[in-house]
Amino acid sequence: MIKPTPFKGFNGGDREITVKMENQQKEKSSAKYSIIVPTYNERLNIALIVYLIFKHLSGIDFEIIVVDDGSPDGTQDIVKQLQQVYGEDCILLRPRPKKLGLGTAYMHGLKHASGNFVVIMDADLSHHPKYLPSFIKKQMETGASIVTGTRYVKGGGVHGWNLMRKLTSRGANVLAQTFLWPGVSDLTGSFRLYRKSVLEDVISSCVSKGYVFQMEMIVRASRKGYHIEEVVEM
Amino acid sequence: MFGTLRKGFEFHLGTEIINIRIPSDGSRIDHELEASMIHVPFVSASVFCIHPRNDEMKHIVKIMALLVALSAIWISLLQISVIPDSYTWLLPLYFIITLGCYGLFMVGIGLMQFPTCPQEAILLQQDIIEAKDFLKTKGVDVGSD
Repeated sequence: MIKPTPFKGFNGGDREITVKMENQQKEKSSAKYSIIVPTYNERLNIALIVYLIFKHLSGIDFEIIVVDDGSPDGTQDIVKQLQQVYGEDCILLRPRPKKLGLGTAYMHGLKHASGNFVVIMDADLSHHPKYLPSFIKKQMETGASIVTGTRYVKGGGVHGWNLMRKLTSRGANVLAQTFLWPGVSDLTGSFRLYRKSVLEDVISSCVSKGYVFQMEMIVRASRKGYHIEEVVEM
Repeated sequence: MFGTLRKGFEFHLGTEIINIRIPSDGSRIDHELEASMIHVPFVSASVFCIHPRNDEMKHIVKIMALLVALSAIWISLLQISVIPDSYTWLLPLYFIITLGCYGLFMVGIGLMQFPTCPQEAILLQQDIIEAKDFLKTKGVDVGSD
């Protein structure tokens, strides 16, 4: 709501700043976060993830969308039990008949997302939900379209990785940095917060599958000129 | 196309509008000039129509510009002959080898300096225990797989 001020002078500038601040306040108060978690055989981890998300995101409007690819170990039953505990409007179960790939899992989850921000996480506890508040805070401070977690910057790190995994991660990053100049330090990490419209735009323009898909998403987003920020995560 | 053109004929070509005017005194415009007037905008318009992803184009253009600059330096070195020609001919090969070595070096540095946080593993185990206790009280099945 713009308060009309009749005096002259720097009237236009003041009003612009007031409108911008009010828009940001509106966005802060109406921000809803849809957390998409693709799962396959994550019977134990999905319960832990849900508990940790609820623990660290108290006071924030969010929903968890579990996209299960027909897990044979009963992941969907666990999710139904969690729905009894936490409520069906907070945990949405959107299963698929069989393993259809990560990119399509994101698109499927995106269709059912009702928030204006989307977080993508892995269900195997390699992404700890305790970093979610720092993602949200960074986005609100900078107004960025994408906030990505990086493990290569000082303060970030990994635990429990063997040499082969470190080699492929570093090798892929160096290769992509040499030829693609993406402007992001960690291309292979998949712990990200997107504005919903930005994610839809980026996903529709990606063509690869599998491991490369995560890298392609962030490279395409950086090409299209979206504002990308980084947050350290472990 | 260049044969008979009416007076004041406007030729729309995607993003370009070309006015081809026939002088009213009946003299004919030089056809070669007309051809070049149509040809250059047509090519540039078709380039932009065939490559809708302008953001991708810009990165390829950057890389091409870099390669063209390097090739220009190489050719000028060949012409000037400051360095003996046998070395100059092998310069591109040396460049590729250097690039490969640089890549391997960066991977090695990255591997050695890979930041690890073993204390996170301990914190994670604590979180798991806390989560399991809470969920057991709520009736969620958290037995091992």
